[in-house]
Amino acid sequence: MKQKRTAMVRSQMELAPQIFDMWIETEIAKEAKPGQFICVYPKDKSTLLPRPISICEVSEDRTALRIVYRIAGQGTAEFSGYQQGDSISVLGALGNGFPIKEGKDKKVFLMGGGIGIPPMLELAKELKADKQIVVGYRDNRLFLHSDLEKYGHTFVATEDGSVGTKGNVMDAIRENALEADVIFACGPMPMLRAIKKYAEEHRIPAYISLEEHMACGVGACLGCVVKTKDIDHHSHVHNARICTDGPVFEAGEVDI
Amino acid sequence: MNMQTKVAGVTFKNPVMTASGTFGSGMEYSEFVDLNQLGAVVTKGVANVPWPGNPTPRVAEVYGGMLNAIGLQNPGIDVFMERDIPFLKQYDTKIIVNVCGKTVQDYVEVVERLGEEPSVSMLEINVSCPNVKEGAIAFGQKADALYNITSELKKHAKQPLIMKLSPNVTDITEMARAAEAAGADALSLINTITGMKIDIHKRKFAIANKTGGMSGPAIKPVAVRMVYQTAQAVKLSIIGMGGIANAEDAIEFILAGASAVSVGTMNFVNPYATVEIVKGIEDYMRKYQVENLSDLIGAVQE
Repeated sequence: MKQKRTAMVRSQMELAPQIFDMWIETEIAKEAKPGQFICVYPKDKSTLLPRPISICEVSEDRTALRIVYRIAGQGTAEFSGYQQGDSISVLGALGNGFPIKEGKDKKVFLMGGGIGIPPMLELAKELKADKQIVVGYRDNRLFLHSDLEKYGHTFVATEDGSVGTKGNVMDAIRENALEADVIFACGPMPMLRAIKKYAEEHRIPAYISLEEHMACGVGACLGCVVKTKDIDHHSHVHNARICTDGPVFEAGEVDI
Repeated sequence: MNMQTKVAGVTFKNPVMTASGTFGSGMEYSEFVDLNQLGAVVTKGVANVPWPGNPTPRVAEVYGGMLNAIGLQNPGIDVFMERDIPFLKQYDTKIIVNVCGKTVQDYVEVVERLGEEPSVSMLEINVSCPNVKEGAIAFGQKADALYNITSELKKHAKQPLIMKLSPNVTDITEMARAAEAAGADALSLINTITGMKIDIHKRKFAIANKTGGMSGPAIKPVAVRMVYQTAQAVKLSIIGMGGIANAEDAIEFILAGASAVSVGTMNFVNPYATVEIVKGIEDYMRKYQVENLSDLIGAVQE
């Protein structure tokens, strides 16, 4: 049976303005995979719904999870105030995660944009491959960059041009003349669309992690769907559920 | 102590059901709760053919509740009969199927198909979804339209019909009386209240459909009031819903006149809400030495 669990906050710090880094002790860590997410339930009863947040890292002993999230509203603002020892309600690990075996021993891009960067860290740790980690930021506040550098050759793009390539992750690929056989990515929709196009042009698979407003997080409410090329197995239309059929999809399967 | 309750001649082991659209056909939440402990599972609306639903974003949170405009995405009656009914039949709970359609003929088709399936105890007719352009609420906001569809479906239905009423009307009792006069067997209320949310930073609607149905604890007082008014106006049994979060809320609806209650949005917040409410009602009955649940129905005093 799936369980909503109580987790304990081990630490919390602000990595960049509005971006927080929290480690929580939870049994979910035992089986969590890169690309999966957890739902965190606000305590404030006026903000009812669970917040889906991607798993950034799993501790070595698999007793704790790291989540790195941006304050996007009241729920995440509440989370940012949690301190060591606080208990919180969580559900997970949810979703399918990245298909690691598709990248094993290959030349891969791990691409993250903004608050899509966090799930690339655990993937970078667990994936044994020739990794080129391409990350895009707004400015020189390169959160998680030093963590990522440990696991592969890292390329940075910044919107303001303060570090690395001026522009986005696609600009960084072009400027550095990078190539890959497989892409794993998470980030804003324009970035994912560009990656889908790039992957089609280069005839390589791209596994992209999508985001959508969710209510239940477990596949019941049908709030978080994405248009799909094929008929989905749940509703037999062309709508996959991001929470349960995803959040990771092969780019060619989805119409974004 | 007897938790049983009756709606239109059908006996339920307890009064706690799931609100249509929040619980799928039970599969997802069967990983959290034992469906055998529920009075009934009320399924997500099913139409004659698959419906793709609305564009995203489909959901948004509001103070003490949420808006949704899913648009009744569903796999259609064929898949439903092959997959969802056999799944639910494994459990010792009653099955109530929510039926939606764009035209009266769509509803008739689904109602007739479900007539072949004796494991389905009742049909709940969705004439109150505010999120689709054709059908649904178009039949639920005018008394004569509601009367017509109810009497037409009664001609084709093998199971008792529950008409699910919309709160987006001037007088809920007028709708309730029209359904009763047309031969409805029971009523369920309330469906969601039409609302809107604007993201001031993006200057866009929070929901692609612009409007969405509001649900959650914030709407409960409206729902309790409507259940009470309806119970005063008609003889039909009522399944009450709208923001039920715990046993206290459920009992409030029962005292207002509901014979059973449905839990909706709170499943998203607390996947165990339904079974906790069953337990909580039991505790309340023990505390106040209530022998039969039926003694509580409509027992509010002036």
